Amino acid sequence: MAKADSNQLAKSSPFKAWGINHLRTLIASLGVMTRQPASSFMTIAVIAIALALPAGMFVLLNNASNVSVGWDNSAQISVFLKHDVTENQANKLMDKLRLYEDVNKISMINKQQALKEFKKISGFGNAIESLGDNPLPHVLTIQPVVDAKRPDKIRHLLKQLNKQKQVELAQLDLQWVKRLFAMLEIAQRAIWVIASLLGIAVLLVVGNTIRLDIQNRREEIEVTKLIGGTDAFIRRPFLYTGLWYGIGGGLFAWLLTSLSIGLLDNSVEHLASLYNSGFQLKGLSFTEGLNLIAFSCFLGLFGSWIAVGRHLSEIEPS
Amino acid sequence: MIRFDNVSKRYPGGHEALSNVSFHLPRGEMAYLTGHSGAGKSTLLKLIALIERPSRGNLVLDGVNLSSVSNRKIPYIRRNIGIIFQNHHLLYDRTVFDNVALPLIIAGYQHKEIGKRVRASLDQVGLLNKEKSAPITLSGGEQQRVGIARAIVHKPGLLLADEPTGNLDPELSKEIMQLFARFNDVGVTVLIASHDLKLIKEMGSPVVSLNKGLLSHNDLDLTNHG
Ligand SMILES: Nc1ncnc2c1ncn2[C@@H]1O[C@H](COP(=O)(O)OP(=O)(O)O)[C@@H](O)[C@H]1O
Ligand SMILES: [Mg+2]
Repeated sequence: MAKADSNQLAKSSPFKAWGINHLRTLIASLGVMTRQPASSFMTIAVIAIALALPAGMFVLLNNASNVSVGWDNSAQISVFLKHDVTENQANKLMDKLRLYEDVNKISMINKQQALKEFKKISGFGNAIESLGDNPLPHVLTIQPVVDAKRPDKIRHLLKQLNKQKQVELAQLDLQWVKRLFAMLEIAQRAIWVIASLLGIAVLLVVGNTIRLDIQNRREEIEVTKLIGGTDAFIRRPFLYTGLWYGIGGGLFAWLLTSLSIGLLDNSVEHLASLYNSGFQLKGLSFTEGLNLIAFSCFLGLFGSWIAVGRHLSEIEPS
Repeated sequence: MIRFDNVSKRYPGGHEALSNVSFHLPRGEMAYLTGHSGAGKSTLLKLIALIERPSRGNLVLDGVNLSSVSNRKIPYIRRNIGIIFQNHHLLYDRTVFDNVALPLIIAGYQHKEIGKRVRASLDQVGLLNKEKSAPITLSGGEQQRVGIARAIVHKPGLLLADEPTGNLDPELSKEIMQLFARFNDVGVTVLIASHDLKLIKEMGSPVVSLNKGLLSHNDLDLTNHG
């Protein structure tokens, strides 16, 4: 029996055999799926819908962020300094703040200059002079860097400004920008929660499909074990089936997202034209699409891996 | 090749299917395993194929003590055994060719080599013209022969058959047994479980008999340590 296989040379080299086996299984598992097109398609469709939903929301959020980037210049932070801060100290603070990465532009409204202007504009010159002391503080105006994808950054900058000991109050002039950013932040988190839940749903769908697949192929698994198929060999087709579900689901999800965005685009364009804006909806970029497919592949593979781990060992020849 | 040394097998539930069985089947020999239904024939074959494990005693296959074989190693032991079942265990969702090719695919043979070997194997069982057929379209005897072709296609050193003629008429049964004898002629060790005493007598190979799990008759020389 030691020389059972007199013709060892006919066997491929171990590495080549491994490659051949994988390729063979990859194609065979696709073949098995196409033999039951209806049920395979349903699984793929469920995966696609579950992934297209968060992907679509992600695209819309991205677009909303892009719209708000146009308000870059209109967002301005006014920093009112304390009364006893001298011009020299104010200049020093300005130099310091200029170095912050979230600060785009910074300038100072000197309090003497402000008072002069105020007098000129208001016509209350005499009344104000009778106050004696200049009631106005030095004010720094800051144009922050606006990154709509990181709305928390502006909030963070405001907090930092308010912490400076020379600062009486720093406030974002446009409350509505603040609110919008807060909303975008909430939406972003919501999408992550929804995406996570739907991701788990995809895992369960793939896992269940593979579990049924394993049950249907019980006989084949038993026979394969009996004639010396290793666990890895038996596991492989199911893992590849999961991978194909992932690929199919991801591609289909990309298609669904693009179609939905396409349907919305006309009405959005119409709306934008009413505001004299050339704004256009942007769909998933190529990289984002590939990421979607990669994520879907991961879910398919992981889902089948779980199912295989749980159910394959239950089947032993008897 | 196969050495049983005081082997007992107790199934969960307490039934002792084999009790203190000892015998030795030398390499290149062919023997029949007989006994009434429930005597423990299938159990004995399952122990050799590592489908079941002994409760007591030692079982040595080709110099390897099977109790020392881990579950991970089982597939590699089985690749040197051709197993034939009464109920064929064919896969009905693929052709005869694909059924017979399975052991070669598992072992990672090249495509061309697989074709050659599968046809040689089908030729030996007289089914060369059926390679593209679905197993379900074949007669019982033909299906059994496909099972045999699958068991020998990778040229194992040992053939185990459990009631291979169970469902066949006497004429076909004899043909199948003669087929096994031909494999034995080229050096394959063969052990066949069967309760067809009349046929076994005709074939004239050594017989090992079980009775309620006990060895009741043994033509194989226990002292032969070949
Ligand atoms: N998996 C099992 N669990 C419990 N008892 C079993 C099992 N397999 C076989 N047996 C019992 O072991 C005895 C021997 O069975 P078996 O080896 O199949 O006999 P034979 O093949 O000679 O008919 C029988 O009494 C049978 O009921
Ligand atoms: Mg039996």
